[in-house]
Amino acid sequence: MSVETAERVVRLALNSGATDAECTISEGDEFTAQVRMRSLETLKEAGSRAAGVRVLIGKRSGSSYTSDLCDEGLRHLVASALEIAVISTEDPCAGMPDATELGSLTGDLALYSDDVSRLETAWKIDQAMQCEAAALDADARIVNSEGASFNSYSGARAFANSLGFSGAYRMASCSLSVTPVARDNGKLERDHWYTVGRTPGVLEPAADVGRRAAERALRRLGARKVATVKVPVVFDPEVARSLLGHVFEAISGELVWRHASFLSDKLGERIAPEHVTMVDDGTIPGLFGTSPFDDEGVPSRRTVVIERGILKSWLLNSYTARKLGLKTTSNAARGLSGNAGVGRGNFFLEPGAAPPADLLRGIRQGLYVTELIGQGVNVVNGDYSRGAAGLWIENGELAYPVSEITIASNLARMLSGISAVANDLRFRGSTASPTLVIEEMTVSGQ
Amino acid sequence: MPLADSFFGRKFAITAGDLEGWLAEALSSGGDYADLYFEYLATSSIGMDESMVKSAMQGVTLGVGVRVISGEKTGYAYSDNLAPESIRKACRVAAMIAAGPSKVDKTSLDEGRPGHNLYPVLAAPTETALADRAAMVQRADAVARAYDSRVFQVQASWADSLRQILIATSDGSITTDRQPMARMSVRVLARENGGVPQSGFSGGGGRIGLDQFTGTKSPEAFAREAARQAIVQLEAVEAPAGEMTVVLGPGWPGILLHEAVGHGLEADFNRKGVSAFSGRIGQKVASEFCTVMDDGAMEHRRGSLNVDDEGVPTRQNLLIENGVLRGYLADKLSSRLLGQPSTGNGRRENYQNIPMPRMTNTFMLAGESDPADIVRSVPRGLYCANFGGGQVDITSGNFVFAASESYLIEDGRITRPVRGATLIGNGPEALKYVSMVGYDLKLDEGVGICGKEGQSVPVGVGIPTIRIDRMTVGGTAR
Repeated sequence: MSVETAERVVRLALNSGATDAECTISEGDEFTAQVRMRSLETLKEAGSRAAGVRVLIGKRSGSSYTSDLCDEGLRHLVASALEIAVISTEDPCAGMPDATELGSLTGDLALYSDDVSRLETAWKIDQAMQCEAAALDADARIVNSEGASFNSYSGARAFANSLGFSGAYRMASCSLSVTPVARDNGKLERDHWYTVGRTPGVLEPAADVGRRAAERALRRLGARKVATVKVPVVFDPEVARSLLGHVFEAISGELVWRHASFLSDKLGERIAPEHVTMVDDGTIPGLFGTSPFDDEGVPSRRTVVIERGILKSWLLNSYTARKLGLKTTSNAARGLSGNAGVGRGNFFLEPGAAPPADLLRGIRQGLYVTELIGQGVNVVNGDYSRGAAGLWIENGELAYPVSEITIASNLARMLSGISAVANDLRFRGSTASPTLVIEEMTVSGQ
Repeated sequence: MPLADSFFGRKFAITAGDLEGWLAEALSSGGDYADLYFEYLATSSIGMDESMVKSAMQGVTLGVGVRVISGEKTGYAYSDNLAPESIRKACRVAAMIAAGPSKVDKTSLDEGRPGHNLYPVLAAPTETALADRAAMVQRADAVARAYDSRVFQVQASWADSLRQILIATSDGSITTDRQPMARMSVRVLARENGGVPQSGFSGGGGRIGLDQFTGTKSPEAFAREAARQAIVQLEAVEAPAGEMTVVLGPGWPGILLHEAVGHGLEADFNRKGVSAFSGRIGQKVASEFCTVMDDGAMEHRRGSLNVDDEGVPTRQNLLIENGVLRGYLADKLSSRLLGQPSTGNGRRENYQNIPMPRMTNTFMLAGESDPADIVRSVPRGLYCANFGGGQVDITSGNFVFAASESYLIEDGRITRPVRGATLIGNGPEALKYVSMVGYDLKLDEGVGICGKEGQSVPVGVGIPTIRIDRMTVGGTAR
């Protein structure tokens, strides 16, 4: 029924003076069960719906959103977008995709399963209980916990525009996570682990998640600060994802057209070694970056962004494509309303052949990073400096935990310095990376 | 304001009797406490880019969140429509957390006395003409472009909101508030002869009217500041790496306090014993020069609220007094479990979220040192004038904040600008190295957004010039 509402909003906008319009409707039900120290702590359950519209009056645009989907609410939604469009300036590039670019992938993308909404509350609480218990029981030094939670979500998204596109799809997901706290010599350390999937069947066993989280917290105990030094840095898959996130930002059309990316002038050039291939693929069934069409109604696709070290393509929506004289790559993304931004499908670094342990072997002295904090990344000039924690590598082995240090370099140098990529690619979100090594970064400590 | 005259009374005809009935429904399975949080939020945003108003958006959301607390357990549900049957359903879902007879004596709701009005804004920015708001970004754009020929991209943006809330609690109170907010920001890119672009950012606002965007909060001032920062960065050299003396300039560098101590003092982490500050009230956690406050009751400030999101009046809370830890920031749940009154710090992003202890405006009191003397006292170090964001691991206490504008200090003088770098320290330790505090306390211009467990709320920070004898700077130069 959402798709009819979206179509109705588009017609209403055209009848009210818009030359073009696009409407998004989103609805979803969320559930959270959180337990802490073996007792239920929080239960949350609710559903909501909202609609957004973007209108064009010639080359002017205006947007609006509402949570009120009754007839009067929708009329107000359209009137509100038309009202605010008046203050916008004519932008020669404003518009929507070409009608010929619109469409939707067919076939089952495995984004939705009834199994998620059928889960019993008692079972979900029990999963969180088992998960936390496994963490608490893993070692006497696990003395506390920030809790474990089971989350589930079922929802739908519909989109229609005045070029005749309309489509909708349902999504579901569930996840289980836990954050135990370890103590030794009066010092506390925490870490977490999680499992996530579009169906409960693919989740890792609750006890495994708990034990893994406990191991991660325990291995941080007794962390030292090291001396300031330049060494190879190994990114574990969880932190390597953040690095891919910065690359994604740097190749997104929004930054590229305004020369606000350190990669703006590098299309067609070598920016990384042969063994680096990065792909954005919104078509892989069951994954979190998958959808039948993007947020402008263009069918999802696979785009090779970096091929064997050469920067091959930007990621674009229709606006940034027009700014750069190119075609959209089906990467339009927006919340409910407003001009589309650029988003990712499943953005990943292709795996290499070696297991992660092999990557450490050749490192005499270096850092294995397991956590990064802070926002010290400047995609405009590439400067990179973040707070880090992890394990120190000595003679190819993980030797002892380190913390209260930073790692710094420049993203351009880091990309060209990716000296090895492991074989452990797993999708646990829309961005995924295997373990990777950067040949040299500044570790700042004492 | 009597309920009948309030926004929800007028627009949705909600009566005290309705609220009492819904609270009774929420407590029908038992529980110690229940509350209802009604929220109507109107927002607008205007973005200028390439000297064109390219984005313009406005919208409204409406809903009610229902919470039931039973011991340490919380049940929560919300509804995005205010039909009585939808509210009752949310009450029943939230009630599922509790089992057994209600422990709450039925009390009639009291509309209370009017408390402080920290933001008596006649016309909230959201209620002014759209063209007047668009003029703000146009003024900023023009000034930033004219600042220097090396400026080549300017993005100026405006965002305002007007939030109407009604909170009814089973401990007997009805509270309403009207919360205006506006914020503008300017981002500038500059480059020299086709070289590497550098960026500058500035902005500010608060719970203020359009006519209060003057002086240091004028669009022109934000534009000049963003352009100045971008131009300074064109000359910047590599930032140093390693431990050194750091001087923080006044104002926004107060984000240090937010990350180093503020989050670690939120009572939820402390009642659970998972903060590096847990169980340390009365202990020395900073040098004697440090006195740190969190104050939600400052007029017109971004982090201020007349009442927090649980209906508790905000106030000034002493966190650290002359280096000694004095108190935590509490919401109702954690204060009850800790056996202390709420400090008025229960906040939430919106009706879809459960409130938790959050900061408001966090700052360090002024000291006695001349800021110029503080810089002169440093033979070699880093002077930080501006920061991007920060983050903390409250359990280990390790925190970072990213310096976006900083300079080398050589022989007591500020010399060359350096590129962006992250500073890292440990919360309970870092402030012990504060050896000088300036008399120049300054609050930030009002851009802060704090994230915790997925919820964002507006906050403020402030600090005088301070000297920290030892801190790790994450640059690349030795």
